[in-house]
Amino acid sequence: MTEMTDNTVNESGEKQKPRIATAALCGCFGCHMSFLDIDERILQLVELVEFDRSPITDIKEVGPCDIGLIEGGVANAENVEVLRDFRRHCKILVAVGACAVNGGVPAMRNQFELKECLVEAYINGIGVENPQIPDDPEIPLLLDKVHPVHEVVKIDYFLPGCPPSADTLWTFLNEILAGEEITFPYSLIHYD
Amino acid sequence: MSTEKTFKLDGKSIPFQDGDTIMDAALRAGEYIPHLCHNPEFAPHGSCRVCIVDVNGRHMSACTLPAAEGLEVDNSSERIMEQRRNILQMLFVEGNHVCPGCEKSGACQLQAVAYYTRMLSPHYTHFFPKRSVDASHPDIAIDFNRCILCELCVRASRDVDKKNVFSITGRGLESRLVINSASGKLGNSALSASDKAVSVCPVGAILPKHVGYDQPIGDRLYDNKPISVVGDVASANNQQENAND
Ligand code: SF4
Repeated sequence: MTEMTDNTVNESGEKQKPRIATAALCGCFGCHMSFLDIDERILQLVELVEFDRSPITDIKEVGPCDIGLIEGGVANAENVEVLRDFRRHCKILVAVGACAVNGGVPAMRNQFELKECLVEAYINGIGVENPQIPDDPEIPLLLDKVHPVHEVVKIDYFLPGCPPSADTLWTFLNEILAGEEITFPYSLIHYD
Repeated sequence: MSTEKTFKLDGKSIPFQDGDTIMDAALRAGEYIPHLCHNPEFAPHGSCRVCIVDVNGRHMSACTLPAAEGLEVDNSSERIMEQRRNILQMLFVEGNHVCPGCEKSGACQLQAVAYYTRMLSPHYTHFFPKRSVDASHPDIAIDFNRCILCELCVRASRDVDKKNVFSITGRGLESRLVINSASGKLGNSALSASDKAVSVCPVGAILPKHVGYDQPIGDRLYDNKPISVVGDVASANNQQENAND
């Protein structure tokens, strides 16, 4: 089990809060929405932690962090880059939700060749005008298959669910911030 | 003075009769041993290995091991639970089990046993095998992505329905379920919706059509209570049928 090291005091002797970063890779943003479902408990959370890169802060680059939460699987070259960057910067990296844990619904495309998927969507798709497969160099290249995050970097904790409920996320964050063992009651373990 | 024969399961005395397996005696005593390919209505199969227990220091499948006087069976230590989790993780990565996209979710025995063992991730590298869905039958669909090769449908169709609709072919990693019909499709097999074979599948592989979401997610068999309390998918289906009769 990975533990957070005690570096909670900065040079001037002030107590520093643990830093949390979050990212959405190939997911639907549902896990981040579920995170926001902790509702007013977010006020308690910001007392306990400082947010780094996250769609919530709109900070674009991840800095040194204690906890990184990853939503979504790995479907393109940019996902790989962001995930590796998170692994480099976060002491504890957490796979959040079905897509991060096992590829989820996006990984259902693994049943088909990548070309078949592109042709289906951009050439033969219903209502497509001026059919062409997008090839702008700014668009991250798609991977051949969608992968769960643990197939690309080492992951310390897994929170299943599509999405994991706000209570699951809340329980996890409280336990990890308190340095406790991560345990969930039956009602908080779901794959759907 | 009773001459009842017993063995010990997690320290508890479990009575048994000659010919019982550890599983038979435990089920009768109301003790839960996790299992997938076992169904007390059929001869033991011993293929899923989820019912692994430690018996006097050896790891055995409870559904095939004959009960014997004086055995000490460990059914709940963390060591045994971890092995079960590993077996389940292998079952998950070997097929395509996309719970959010499966209409059996919440009433699936594979999922329920995984919840029971506190499995949080598949751990291994996914195979992402390419398998098909056969929806050619008007009342029943089969999604081979989710088949765990428990052979319950094979046993039910052969031994109860007397139709022999299903078989396993191939060996090792090549093993797969096939349909015994001229086209290999379910649509022109002898299967009908009321067959035993349709109600025994522990996962979302064999599915009756048109009822998928009649019972909402959240209210399903394993959504709020563990399998150790509410029991198997097949016995829940039996109760349902009896209630409908
Ligand atoms: S279809 Fe279902 S019952 Fe038949 S072998 Fe596969 S998992 Fe078992």
